[in-house]
Amino acid sequence: MQDSYVATNLATKLDDCFVRREPLGVVLIIGAWNYPLQLILSPLIGAIAAGNCAILKPSEISQATEKLIAELIPKYLSQECYAVICGGAEETKTLLENKFDHIFYTGSQSVARCILQAAVVHLTPVTLELGGKCPCLIYGRLDMKAAAKRLVWAKFFNAGQSCVAPDYVLCTAETREMLLPFIKEALESFYGSEPQQSPDMGRIVTDRHWNRLVELLKKSEGKVVIGGQSVKETKYIAPTVVVDIKESDALMQEEIFGPILPILTIKSLDEGINFMNEREKPLALYAFSDESQVVKTVLERTSSGGFCSNDGIAHMTLPGLPFGGVGASGMGNYHGRWSFETFSHKRGCMLRGWGLERVNVLRYPPYTESNLSWLRWATTAKKKGWASCSVM
Amino acid sequence: MSREKLAVQQARKAFLTGGSKPLEYRIKQLKNLHRFITERATDITNALRKDLYKSENATQMFEILGLEGEINLAVSNLAEWAAPRPVNKTLLTISDDVYIQPEPLGVVLIIGAWNYPIAVTLQPLVGAIAAGNAAVVKPSEVSSHTAKVMELLPLYLDPEMYKVVTGGVPETQELLKQRFDHIFYTGNSTVGKLVMEAAARHLTPVTLELGGKSPCYIDKNCDIRIACRRITWGKYMNCGQTCIAPDYILCESSIQDKVINEIQKCIQEFYTKDPKSFADYGRIINQRHFKRIMALLEGSTVAIGGDSDESECYIAPTVLRDVASGSKVMQEEIFGPILPIITVNGLNEAIQFINEREKPLALYVFSSSSKVGRVMHYFQLLNGKQTIYIFSQVIKQMISETSSGALLANDCLVHFTISDLPFGGVGNSGTGRYHGKYGFDQLSHLRSCLIKKLNMEGVNQMRYPPHTTEKLRWARVFLLKQVNLARWRQMAQVAMLVALAAFVVKRFLR
Repeated sequence: MQDSYVATNLATKLDDCFVRREPLGVVLIIGAWNYPLQLILSPLIGAIAAGNCAILKPSEISQATEKLIAELIPKYLSQECYAVICGGAEETKTLLENKFDHIFYTGSQSVARCILQAAVVHLTPVTLELGGKCPCLIYGRLDMKAAAKRLVWAKFFNAGQSCVAPDYVLCTAETREMLLPFIKEALESFYGSEPQQSPDMGRIVTDRHWNRLVELLKKSEGKVVIGGQSVKETKYIAPTVVVDIKESDALMQEEIFGPILPILTIKSLDEGINFMNEREKPLALYAFSDESQVVKTVLERTSSGGFCSNDGIAHMTLPGLPFGGVGASGMGNYHGRWSFETFSHKRGCMLRGWGLERVNVLRYPPYTESNLSWLRWATTAKKKGWASCSVM
Repeated sequence: MSREKLAVQQARKAFLTGGSKPLEYRIKQLKNLHRFITERATDITNALRKDLYKSENATQMFEILGLEGEINLAVSNLAEWAAPRPVNKTLLTISDDVYIQPEPLGVVLIIGAWNYPIAVTLQPLVGAIAAGNAAVVKPSEVSSHTAKVMELLPLYLDPEMYKVVTGGVPETQELLKQRFDHIFYTGNSTVGKLVMEAAARHLTPVTLELGGKSPCYIDKNCDIRIACRRITWGKYMNCGQTCIAPDYILCESSIQDKVINEIQKCIQEFYTKDPKSFADYGRIINQRHFKRIMALLEGSTVAIGGDSDESECYIAPTVLRDVASGSKVMQEEIFGPILPIITVNGLNEAIQFINEREKPLALYVFSSSSKVGRVMHYFQLLNGKQTIYIFSQVIKQMISETSSGALLANDCLVHFTISDLPFGGVGNSGTGRYHGKYGFDQLSHLRSCLIKKLNMEGVNQMRYPPHTTEKLRWARVFLLKQVNLARWRQMAQVAMLVALAAFVVKRFLR
């Protein structure tokens, strides 16, 4: 990365001011199980590009990928600079006792708190890519068929196990009635009439997670209008849509992270926006509408890690956009150049000349009125658009 | 409900009204902040005189001026900083709006320090206001008179949106129990860890502007007289109580005597033969720090100064010679007017010494470039430099083999005044950065926005199941190709010119 040159004004024309992006040192990257390859290797790209050494801790839940990473990384990357450490909660805890120069974690809020506590000991900066319930507001005039297709794709991709999957839908009762047949249609065109047979329909990662989801569905007081079937042996849950959901429903108490889509009805745009704002800031927020005013209003009155209108997940695919959360959905960001920045230290550098020592007299004691007024003049020269610094 | 909890609640309520979002509001508040420092100048300078024995002009020069500059910069650039920032698209998103929208975080807690109480408490506030946040400001209770003046802020700023909470440790702890959207702390690493820990409970991001021992290497081949002038100025300003003060000197033993002589001359020139009676020489903030600093002298040889007066918290400008790396004065950040000199056998040993320690907030290196280097430097300047060449081998090596918050060659402290340079630490010296636009970005959420329409549905076919290899091939083209519209426009223009030229040649120049 080239040093980026920083503008100076007349008084400091003889000086070099620039920002140097330097490696931090040894970074720890803790991966997640839902996109186990991408979520551990994508940050690694940034870490390597920024000149760091790295320790990878792949998720022990996605066992096959964990094994593959542990086997292949040492074969392709320098074994001195990059290592893979496998293990569960205990091993991770021990690993965190060491000093790192940055910790990159993708996963849940509860574990994130432990990671932060460990980082405090060494004042280590962290990036936390967490989750939350990503709302999807569908309102106003819109192309139902297209909206349904995109919604269904984003929701049931990887069996709903995406941190930016639309978690739940907010729409009016009329919209819901128009939407449901298109959702059914989209599901059929993607996964056929028997999703269980489709090679593109994912499965839930472990028995524990499958149990959690089936429990949620059982406890829910809503009405299942699509899907609802599940098979324990194959950890399969059918693409499911549930309506008549109240705020207090079981499905609304935690991030679903599965192929279950609750639809809540609202009476107005305001109601939808207020509902979203009463909750923790999500990682992504979606608004579907052909009315650009609706999209604009939602964008301006809410906060989220990222925002996408009339589609789901797509904003993640643009490497120019920083990918990260805000509030409970995380801190820091990455992707593309942002990964590089995350794993770099921006060191401000200023190389002064030896000349102009006479000018420096203005700043040395004794501090006189006349010196002060010269310095003040130099700083007000800033107003004319000359960037920064004074005769100091 | 505690006073602290109430203040935070009120600030959050004010933020949720959306009042701080419009740019006109933010600019108005920034201008009001400016009014505060100009209208209350006398109160401020009196307070700083009482707290740190700062002279009126010193306060103006080294606290107020910089702050005014930051406010003016924010006011004139706010529209640009807060505007959507477009990014490169892919072929797939070519007809969509893709940009980053800076947004306020919410309620920001700013915990100030006592050494430049106005500057380090209010400069972060400039960033917080500019970014559209509400704020709770907790000035340091150690600089008690200045804290009292800051209680006047609600007379100038919107009192609902920006709260000032004064108090000591128990009040700060109570504040830290509340939930904030960002905590900005300036101080030492011990308390920094406590702040980070409190923030961790709410998953709150933090900016920690800490300190450390900022080393100062003097190469034997440089203008030692000028170097010592700048170092003396940087070290003894505010009686050494500056987070980026040169903490200790590293140099070869052959120049140690010269360095000591030159510093002695400068001390006399700047602070007269009797610094104690000189208005522009400060005092230590309180007895506790006075005792701490005096204890550091133990076991080292005093070359200049060393005298003190506990009743006034006065410590003379002091230089220690031939200091051992294991001595007391090298075990913690001095934050006082004591300058140890450690001798090393050249640059490599100096770099090793620096790297064995925690990464500092600032690193200083004094070195001249060769005559050829200087000629090349000016030549580069005349040609409007675009890339940076460092012509001093010493500086080059120092930059590439060490790490620090910032690096300044051939001077001390002044990098603080360049708003375009990020000001912050790394490792033990801190996390995050501010000043100028960096302050705005640090206290904003940069929200990724993709604004699509529901048309062009056909293109989406390639990503929908069933997933086929054919679709994958297309996906690679549409996603992996980055599109720079400006470049395309340029290319289109060039193509048009070429076509025009060909036409002209063909038609008229046969």
